[in-house]
Amino acid sequence: MYSDKVMEHFKNPRNVGEIDNPDGVGEVGNPVCGDIMKIFLKIENNIIVDAKFKTFGCGAAIASSSMATELVKGKTLEEAWEVSNRAVAEALEGLPPIKMHCSVLAEEGIHKAINDYRNKQGLSPWEEKHPHSHDHSKDLECQD
Amino acid sequence: MASKRLIYMDHSATTYTKPEVVNAMLPYFTEYFGNPSSIYGIARDSKKAVDTARAQVAKALGADVDEIYFTSGGSESDNWAIKGVAYSNRKKGTHIITTQIEHHAVLHTCQFLEKEGFAVTYLPVDKYGLVDPTELERAITDKTILISIMYANNEIGTIEPITELGTIARKHNIYFHTDAVQAIGNVPINVKEQNIDLLSLSAHKFYGPKGVGALYIKKGVRIENLIHGGGQERKKRAGTENIAGIVGLGKAIEIVTADIPNHNVKIKSMRDRLLKQVLEKIPHSQLNGHPEKRLPGNFNVSFEFIEGESMLLWLDDEGICGSTGSACTSGSLEPSHVLLATGLSPEVAHGSLRLTLGDANTDQDIDYVLDVLPKVVTKLREMSPLYLKSTKEGGCNV
Repeated sequence: MYSDKVMEHFKNPRNVGEIDNPDGVGEVGNPVCGDIMKIFLKIENNIIVDAKFKTFGCGAAIASSSMATELVKGKTLEEAWEVSNRAVAEALEGLPPIKMHCSVLAEEGIHKAINDYRNKQGLSPWEEKHPHSHDHSKDLECQD
Repeated sequence: MASKRLIYMDHSATTYTKPEVVNAMLPYFTEYFGNPSSIYGIARDSKKAVDTARAQVAKALGADVDEIYFTSGGSESDNWAIKGVAYSNRKKGTHIITTQIEHHAVLHTCQFLEKEGFAVTYLPVDKYGLVDPTELERAITDKTILISIMYANNEIGTIEPITELGTIARKHNIYFHTDAVQAIGNVPINVKEQNIDLLSLSAHKFYGPKGVGALYIKKGVRIENLIHGGGQERKKRAGTENIAGIVGLGKAIEIVTADIPNHNVKIKSMRDRLLKQVLEKIPHSQLNGHPEKRLPGNFNVSFEFIEGESMLLWLDDEGICGSTGSACTSGSLEPSHVLLATGLSPEVAHGSLRLTLGDANTDQDIDYVLDVLPKVVTKLREMSPLYLKSTKEGGCNV
């Protein structure tokens, strides 16, 4: 049911772990719904020099975290902000429809981490495209 | 990790067909392929084969031969039993009692009947998945026409107190159906002694072929037909008989019910060793289902902080076939209704693993799983943000 690329990233996930003293952290999802993603960013001169993740979730959630962190590394914050869930899914050679929310979660995790960095810098957060449509952290029910 | 092999531990999903069952079936594809409704010799041979299989099923259940009806499987049997009794007895009443942990073939049939104007009570279960007979008795009204309670649960393996429940149903003169799809060959069954009026079974759960099952209907039960058409199965279930499948079902049920206690000893001891060592080796793990009143081959354990589908993918990569109650494999976001009914939190339900042992499993298989599974759990926990939180805060706070 998963593409070879998804399986490859699931089995050999890139960037697993935490960053000591991260510049930005974003946590999205809800354990009740079976997925939580935590993204850590190291940012120097407006560029993401390192990205790591910890994820509780299915194969697609782990592969999406792996791919999303790969895609944003080396990018400016503006460029990283434009990495959409579709880009993550396409880079994984597609996700089953029911699993698309995993790529959305990855995009939101990155956005949340970037805005965490901006807040810490005293900058106003950027407006998110999907205002936490898949961030269930405040929901009681899993809606999708 | 160790070199790749295939270890099938999903016998509650389906079993392989035993070679002796396949051999019994083969002549009915090529030689005795006649339609039993026809008059010539090869058709009579087909008819005889169906009669033999019917006798084999009747013997296994303690039923009479003319109380056995062949169907296409467990789902059809469940649909027939519930809709058939409901439609045939709706003048008497429109209330049905079932449980929250039934297979979807029962649950979705009951939900369908709710749209048709029937009222359904879904009995809760305790933390082991057991139905309380006093709760059943309390739920009965003068409108109750059917009680449908599974013999043994497919996910957590809990065996329900069927004899007791059947006695209550009989006392109140209400039809009692049990979905025994998981129980055949694992638990001795006698429909007469246990006051069972209808019982569903499916061949592929006990080393028979897929696509064939049976419904036991006690003589005198008022039940509408589900499949309309020709006069097969004593005018109760239309459609040309699946002769080879029926022969396979008969042979399989004869084999698995020949010596149930002995047959279970080996499987149960392997399961017990697996369970004991997994719970010892892997912290933050818990058994789902009843410690004793459970199917001999059923292992169902939740591992906190990880999600079931990713566990299954890793196990599959190591050649181990299992299943999970996590939402992520079911096409919805809700985890198993059975695990939730036992009071498990959704996050712990997401981390459940079901391994169901069968005839082909060996002690070496258990060793292999005991080697691989802890590594898989550790690997996934290391990348789980929940595990991190838990170890930092000294407990599970999710």
